[in-house]
Amino acid sequence: MNLGGLNDLYRQLIIDHAQHPHHHGALPAASQTITLNNPTCGDVIKLAVTFADDRIEQIAFSGEGCSISQASASMMTDLVQGQTLTQAKKEIQVFLEMLMENPAATQDDPDELLGDAAVLAAVIKFPARIKCATLAWKALEQAISEEEAHE
Amino acid sequence: MVNDIAIARNDFPILKEVINGQPLAYLDNAATTQKPQAVIDALVHYYQHDNANIHRGVYTLAERATEQYEAVRQQVATFINAASGAEIVFTRGTTTSLNWVAQTYAPTILQAGDEIVISIMEHHSNLVPWQQVSQRTGAKLRYVELTASGELDLAQYGDLLNARTKIVSLTHVSNVLGTINPIKKMTAMAHTVGATVVIDGAQATGHFPVDVQELDCDFYAFSGHKMYGPTGIGVLYGREALLAAMPPAEFGGEMINLVTRQKTDFKPAPAKFEAGTMPIAQVIGLGAAISYLQHLGWPAIIAQEQQLTAQAYQELTAITGVTIYGPTEPTRRSSVLSFNLQGLHPHDLATVLDLQGVAIRAGHHCAQPLMTDLGVSATARASFAFYNNQADLQQLVTAVQAAKEFFKL
Ligand SMILES: Cc1ncc(COP(=O)(O)O)c(C=O)c1O
Repeated sequence: MNLGGLNDLYRQLIIDHAQHPHHHGALPAASQTITLNNPTCGDVIKLAVTFADDRIEQIAFSGEGCSISQASASMMTDLVQGQTLTQAKKEIQVFLEMLMENPAATQDDPDELLGDAAVLAAVIKFPARIKCATLAWKALEQAISEEEAHE
Repeated sequence: MVNDIAIARNDFPILKEVINGQPLAYLDNAATTQKPQAVIDALVHYYQHDNANIHRGVYTLAERATEQYEAVRQQVATFINAASGAEIVFTRGTTTSLNWVAQTYAPTILQAGDEIVISIMEHHSNLVPWQQVSQRTGAKLRYVELTASGELDLAQYGDLLNARTKIVSLTHVSNVLGTINPIKKMTAMAHTVGATVVIDGAQATGHFPVDVQELDCDFYAFSGHKMYGPTGIGVLYGREALLAAMPPAEFGGEMINLVTRQKTDFKPAPAKFEAGTMPIAQVIGLGAAISYLQHLGWPAIIAQEQQLTAQAYQELTAITGVTIYGPTEPTRRSSVLSFNLQGLHPHDLATVLDLQGVAIRAGHHCAQPLMTDLGVSATARASFAFYNNQADLQQLVTAVQAAKEFFKL
């Protein structure tokens, strides 16, 4: 079988995050809880964030989804917990651009900025799965913008 | 017969495609079927030789197009054994057919406090339109539930029916579970309380003979593209008296008798429903698809699909960790198999299968309430057509096993 293609997408790191996701669960005292779903496949992510001093103090996710969406959420939460909103927004932007059809000529290096999540660049070769990878990031984007609108 | 069926595969040029370096095993026939050369040729021939707008021109070409278009109406009537061509309305597909009944006919008979009965296994296109009508009219939407084996619970259905039940709308075949519902019996039960019966035939018409007079249903909806015909064309069958009573959903050219400044007199059905320029080539393509199916014959089609389904059922369940949803008895199901592999989300499974040339569907299959009921967020779904063969089936089974190994499940 076409193992090459499979290994491209399902790196061990992705499988590890998917099978043992970090920051999986709920945050009872969350400042923002965002539920997003992927209407084409029914995947759901519930992202809970507590903010303090323009930082992401705590973050957790729950919901149903494929390996790609679960791994992506796990990697993202690892990355952004404790970060400033400015930094997190930058990373969201770089992540989403990384998976766009024609990435804008960006100066930012996903490998440097995104931590484990940089391996998800491979998803670009699987167009049907891009939405799985971006779901958590879009939820965080929304959580931050709602938090900022509040202030 | 089996030999004819094996040869029929060659009538479908797309099945020779190579996907990700592997032969294509197309197993998403419940989403749409592939088209035989005869249908492709009919579309090309129409555009090369017969294209003109119908019902308008007095010239020969327009007459030729009109004649072919109307001949397909007769052909469809014969195909589903309608009493006459006047009971056959061309639409964009099942979704449009069901929406028209829900949006224009249903409000004429529904009042607040009335009841609409559908089932929990409905596709969104036979569910959302009824929610909308229910919100608009105040009629209550009630559900026929599933038995443990994935069939409709007829006892509970019987209990639901009462004098307030005005509409019963059911799928003939579930696009998730493959269940073939006992429509004749359920229609008779609905008629005892005077309800109008609407049937979603999207998953039935290309797979076994449908006889609307025998079923005795009041409306029957289906799509051309799921029965080897073109996209963009579907059918709404309605009893003549009901079509006469049903208001048109769209207004415009060709559906009128006489238009004056303030008022319009419509043509009788079916013309009053076919406003504007219809998908003429697609209608002619649908005719070619029906001729093709009739040429193959139901016994060969049914035998091949049942054989593949029964074997796939057996071989997939033999893989530890695979759960198949729906009836276990092969004769009570169509060629749709929804399943899950424990420990792997169906999307991941579908990607692994795609890399091995196997096209299946993964997701909620436009049946979210059913998914909730089954307690899953999604399933993988393989669905067979008569042109699938042993090689397709083995490719599927091998690919599922390979997925299991790759993810160490
Ligand atoms: C049971 C059922 N009903 C309705 C539909 C909708 O058909 P269409 O998209 O052709 O309108 C489908 C197609 O997926 C179906 O499987």
